[in-house]
Amino acid sequence: MANIPQRIIHEYLRHDKKFPHVWCAGCSNGIVLGAIIRAVASLNIDRNDIVMVSGIGCSSRMPVYVDFNTLHSIHGRSIAFATGIKMHKPHLKVIVVTGDGDCAAIGGNHLIHAARRNIDLKVIMINNNIYGMTGGQCSPTTPHNAYATTAPYGNIEPDFNICNLAMGAGASFVARTTAFHVLEMQNMIKDALQHTGFSLIEVVSACPVIYGRLNKKGGAPQMLKDFRDNSIPLSAVEKLPPEKVEGKIIRGILRKEIRAEFSTEYAALCKKTQTAGGE
Amino acid sequence: MTEKDKIKTEKITKAAKLESKPVDTPKKRERKTVLMQGNEAVALGALDAGVNFFAGYPITPSTEIAEILAAELPKRNGTFIQMEDELASICAIIGASLAGAKSLTATSGPGFSLMQEGIGFAKITETPCVVVDVQRVGPSTGMPTSPAQGDIMQSKWGSHGDSPAIVLYPDSVKESYELTIRAVNLSEKYRTCVILLLDEVIAHMREAVCLPDIANVRIINRIKPTVPPQWYKHYDENQKYLSPLASYGEGYRFHVTGLTHDAHGFPTNKPSEAAEMMERLRKKISYNIRDLVQIESYRMDDAKIAIFAAGITSRAAKAAIASARAEGIKVGLLRPLTIWPFPDDAVRKMLRNVETVIVPELNQGQLIYEVQRLTKEKSDGGLIPINKVSSELITPNEILSKIKEVC
Ligand SMILES: Cc1ncc(C[n+]2csc(CCOP(=O)(O)OP(=O)(O)O)c2C)c(N)n1
Repeated sequence: MANIPQRIIHEYLRHDKKFPHVWCAGCSNGIVLGAIIRAVASLNIDRNDIVMVSGIGCSSRMPVYVDFNTLHSIHGRSIAFATGIKMHKPHLKVIVVTGDGDCAAIGGNHLIHAARRNIDLKVIMINNNIYGMTGGQCSPTTPHNAYATTAPYGNIEPDFNICNLAMGAGASFVARTTAFHVLEMQNMIKDALQHTGFSLIEVVSACPVIYGRLNKKGGAPQMLKDFRDNSIPLSAVEKLPPEKVEGKIIRGILRKEIRAEFSTEYAALCKKTQTAGGE
Repeated sequence: MTEKDKIKTEKITKAAKLESKPVDTPKKRERKTVLMQGNEAVALGALDAGVNFFAGYPITPSTEIAEILAAELPKRNGTFIQMEDELASICAIIGASLAGAKSLTATSGPGFSLMQEGIGFAKITETPCVVVDVQRVGPSTGMPTSPAQGDIMQSKWGSHGDSPAIVLYPDSVKESYELTIRAVNLSEKYRTCVILLLDEVIAHMREAVCLPDIANVRIINRIKPTVPPQWYKHYDENQKYLSPLASYGEGYRFHVTGLTHDAHGFPTNKPSEAAEMMERLRKKISYNIRDLVQIESYRMDDAKIAIFAAGITSRAAKAAIASARAEGIKVGLLRPLTIWPFPDDAVRKMLRNVETVIVPELNQGQLIYEVQRLTKEKSDGGLIPINKVSSELITPNEILSKIKEVC
């Protein structure tokens, strides 16, 4: 997969329409977009069968750039829109691109209920630890003591572990990676696309211009290097003493299990009502 | 692959993938008169109109609509889903509609308020869908099982920004059935969110209704594009501002956004394109007012006094008119079945022909503002409100005594 040529990316973009893009220099959103496209291309999925849905935020601007069926919806509700699409046309592959604020603050309710239903949506949450689009306010994933424009003295709230939340709610595929680990990200997306059931991939990503600047993170290359140095693969966690794991980003597929999927269950219910004989 | 081949193959994949779930509606129906509730009539109207997707969240006094559709939709390969809240419900029906469904949700005041952002999204993205709002006493939780007509303005102005509204308002169980079908048809035709306002009393009242044969139900389906995908414009202007609508999964790969957009659906900051989009939203309603506005004129020919009332209140008015006429008082009723767009012309005509207009409504005065707007040249002396917000209906006697006061 690594040698899927750059050309593929260009082929999948609406290059004649909506470029240059809105993202700041050094933003990780483009890296995630590249990984999504390579994952889709490597699986040879017909792009007519893909719907990319997003809410509102910098990360949620992604659908405009790709040549799929695309929906840039309203803040926090992308999973609800996606649920409608998937339930009406279950053969479609529905990818949700969302931010930490979009997915876990305003959209938290939809996240947990979609996970509980185990509906076959592929949610890619680009976690930059801040509200990018509105200029750097606190998000539910802003680390304790980090700075945000609405936490000028340091954030006193504890941060959310979204993967744990999704697993607690019943998601059947949950994974985490960072914007530095591009190949890993690509493979995870590929895996999720082949999985049947609610899939959440958290991509810890760099917002150097807002989060990075407010927290003196040293620019995009430095932030990516930090992801490399401050993360450990799940497979290594057990072998390490707890103090070496503390505060680190744990990468890997945290859960992958087969569980009844909602749109399939619903189709079975329809059949049952139709063959029940008499009324 | 040449461009031509590309179009060809795309057409083929399109044909192969028209997998919008078919809905099996019975072709015939035995015509018999049955006793049913307004909510039941709404559910049956939705099914007859071809609604194959319902997402909702329970709220009194609308719940029977969801309950009936939960039982009926799976039998017809349609989708029923109880969402986690009203925000999710409106968004799910919009998503389903973009994927090709005829979709509907039902709620009441508090839920209707929560849906407003989504309703605006459906309007700006020109996505067909229907919201049934069975009104109850408000504000806030108010009186969940009691009638009020307090959502008249919310149904027009509830969502932020400028956007025209289509809102229908039945006065009986039978008309609840008919206007539900009409709401679905208009949403498909005009590519917008249509709202059906229902009174709690009608929702829960049982009346004898004879449903028409399915074959006689007129159904409008959205216009589908016929051009190759490369030529498709999601918001192309043609046919009197009604443009074809592709669905996700049919090979068109269009973009939809709540941002102000151009004809292709891509965001734009150009003032000229923004103005064009807003104009299209406005014109597709205002240029079609004749098609949209339905109004009933009852005993108005020789009337000196007119009552202007909608929904359940108009029925009290009719009873009052019968009593007044028996005493020789010339009074009639003008009843809007479409409250938005407001029937300006009919109301102007009424104002020209009568000396006094009485506007009874179950709120502190909402419809009356619109009548007032059209009374410009006249003094307001001839415009008389009757308002009630106590959870009780306005009685024929209350209207009758007002008639006698002014005649
Ligand atoms: C209902 C509503 N509330 C607030 C906003 C303003 N808003 C736009 S984007 C955003 C936060 C985006 O943050 P996140 O989801 O983390 O995405 P990012 O921009 O960081 O990619 C907010 C609060 C909105 N558009 N709609």
